[in-house]
Amino acid sequence: MGTPALLPSGTTPTGIVQGRSTPRAPPALFEQVKAMVDQEKSGAEIILKALADQGVDVLFGYPGGSVLPLYDEIFKQNHIRHILVRHEQGAVHAAEGYARSTGKVGVVLVTSGPGATNAVTGLTDAMMDSIPVVCFTGQVPTHLIGNDAFQEADTTGITRQCTKHNYLVKKSEDLARVIHEAFQVASTGRPGPVVVDLPKDILLRPAPYVPPTRVRHKSYRPQIKGDIKAIEEAVDLIAHAKRPIFYCGGGVINSGPQACQLLTQFTRLTGYPLTLTLMGLGAFPASDPQFLGMLGMHGTYEANLAMHNCDVMVAVGARFDDRVTGRLDAFSPGATKIQIDIDPSSVNKNVPVDLPIIGDVGHVLEDMIKVWKARQCRPDQAALADWWKRIEEWRARDCLHYEMSDTVIKPQYAIQRLYELTREREPLITTEVGQHQMWAAQFFKFEKPNQWMTSGGLGTMGYGLPASIGVQVAHPGSLVVDISGEASFMMNLQELATAVQYRLPIKVFILNNHYMGMVRQWQELLHGGRYSESYSEALPDIVKLAEAFGATGLRVEKPAELDDTIRQMMAIDGPVLVDVRVDPSENCFPMIPSGAPHYQMLLGPADKESQPISKEGAILV
Amino acid sequence: MSKTTAAAEQELACHTISVLVDNEAGVLARVIGLFSGRGYNIESLTVAEVNTQEHLSRITLVTRGTPMVIEQIKAQLGRLVPVHKVSDLTVEGPHVSRELALIKVSGAGEKRVESLRIADIFRARVVDSTNSSFVFEIVGKTEKINAFIALMEPLGLADVARTGVAAIARGCDPL
Repeated sequence: MGTPALLPSGTTPTGIVQGRSTPRAPPALFEQVKAMVDQEKSGAEIILKALADQGVDVLFGYPGGSVLPLYDEIFKQNHIRHILVRHEQGAVHAAEGYARSTGKVGVVLVTSGPGATNAVTGLTDAMMDSIPVVCFTGQVPTHLIGNDAFQEADTTGITRQCTKHNYLVKKSEDLARVIHEAFQVASTGRPGPVVVDLPKDILLRPAPYVPPTRVRHKSYRPQIKGDIKAIEEAVDLIAHAKRPIFYCGGGVINSGPQACQLLTQFTRLTGYPLTLTLMGLGAFPASDPQFLGMLGMHGTYEANLAMHNCDVMVAVGARFDDRVTGRLDAFSPGATKIQIDIDPSSVNKNVPVDLPIIGDVGHVLEDMIKVWKARQCRPDQAALADWWKRIEEWRARDCLHYEMSDTVIKPQYAIQRLYELTREREPLITTEVGQHQMWAAQFFKFEKPNQWMTSGGLGTMGYGLPASIGVQVAHPGSLVVDISGEASFMMNLQELATAVQYRLPIKVFILNNHYMGMVRQWQELLHGGRYSESYSEALPDIVKLAEAFGATGLRVEKPAELDDTIRQMMAIDGPVLVDVRVDPSENCFPMIPSGAPHYQMLLGPADKESQPISKEGAILV
Repeated sequence: MSKTTAAAEQELACHTISVLVDNEAGVLARVIGLFSGRGYNIESLTVAEVNTQEHLSRITLVTRGTPMVIEQIKAQLGRLVPVHKVSDLTVEGPHVSRELALIKVSGAGEKRVESLRIADIFRARVVDSTNSSFVFEIVGKTEKINAFIALMEPLGLADVARTGVAAIARGCDPL
């Protein structure tokens, strides 16, 4: 090693040339490189920065070995809140509840292996109901992937079919881009869940950050605007309809409150009847006389018969689900069908459609209203009056009628009273799955979108309680009620601890009939009343259970005491479980038995003997 | 009349579909998972990178279904996030499709001579030979290869390897 005296002037002992005369990087490039080095963050920091740039304010998650660096970063900051759930399935449902009540993306963070596999039911639920969720899953370090490492699971392989898209991040440099893409894919087009799998070394390794504005997906371009020719043709068909109906679903709600307003505006402009799917409830005000109620298997008589007898059907953000159509070859045989949907694969999947319009419901409805007004369309008033007269006759059947009782609480009555006593506070309602869900859909009236959160496509028991947690987190001042059954409640009751921990005053209104009610109903109608494994012999004392969790428990057994109990429930500032002991033998009517067309509805207990369900129908359950 | 009744009379047809995708991990699994998950047929599937700069691969698949199912298949493929373009070559105009097969035939005597003679008719090349076997390379439409294999059957057909169909539209325009 030479001495300083031997070095040329202007050089340091390390050999780096200094001084003006020697070449060096131009200042601008130097600043750029310096800025890039300064911007280098660890993977975990990048994730939190990306989440902040995406406007995320809350994460639902559960820690574990492979996501510890990320949890360490969460510990060091204050702008993103983390809600610790008690099971990863609960985290996804909570994020779904958050997403459905706000229109924003719900964000989940779980660990590798069992953390990821536990999230699968929630992801599938979000997939089926088109709910925007981004789920971060931990993964073993990249060099261990494929080695059957501890808590390793092939998460991208497992979730490929139950997500809209998924990513395994293999390079830190991709991390920021992938997260921004994930949010774009989850929230645009037909929304859905996106998984981002994060190997542990990626969380630790530094990389440059890329802001969302500099990320554009290579191939993903959902179609937003509808084809104007098709829209004009549709308006023409709608204007000349004699027996029209609007059949609208969750796509309207996903499109946003603006789309719901446009739907209401267009429906009132035409004077035509409208029915909503289970997923669509709230997209059109339930109090409007043009609303025929929910359609489908447990929908109203008037909605289903109007669907069967219409001559022009306008499907808006609805996908002709089998619970809606009943027997396909007998579904609305005389109707010209128009379908507005953002997802081309929703068209002609179950039911052939005469005029599809691919685009966002809100944009298409806006154009339809413009065309309608520009053409000064006037529907055939005589035909419409005739059509409404028929509908009113169907409506007069009062299909939701049930026999009241003074001694035992009828589940329908419990929901009706819940609705009447809470409606002024505009409650946000979640449900589990089964009879109580259908009764809630029939008897709770929704005037606005984003107030009704239910598992429609997948039918996930255990959805409602964690979902209500996500809803309450997003709406701290609102009344949030999970209308539940005791069997569904048992599936995710651990989340009660989450509600208690974060002082989330959710109300769980349990219609307790000791049965898996819908299973029992099917067994009664299809399997000769052999109630195989549908009765819960042992159930916890729900009041004591609530107390054990640090919540409040209430029980009501008599119809006369129901109102007081509901008022008491609302007055308590904290999570409440209400054990509503209801008639265990009550069935949910009206009902289209599976395999039957819309016009063969069972309206009540008296109908079930006269219209036995066919063997073919039994297969379709 | 609505389309409902017409749909019932729809018949099964074979379609060659060309899908341009990002050449990224898992993309083929997405396509295959879509077919198995939704119960669609795959009669043939080939995939290779066709644009190294932009990392694009072309998947050529041959499937069979009613017009409604074929329409679903195309819509479902289009819905996959890494998919750039879905083209139904069967309906979008004339196209050429080719398949390559390597066919091993073992035998001696007259059968061996006969196999070589038929190979000549089919313009199959001999790419490997022993005293008691040939490996033929044949290129052509699926039907031609099927016919060649059928003729080799009694002559000592031992093994077959096929690439599956690669197809492209005729004319000067890219897909």
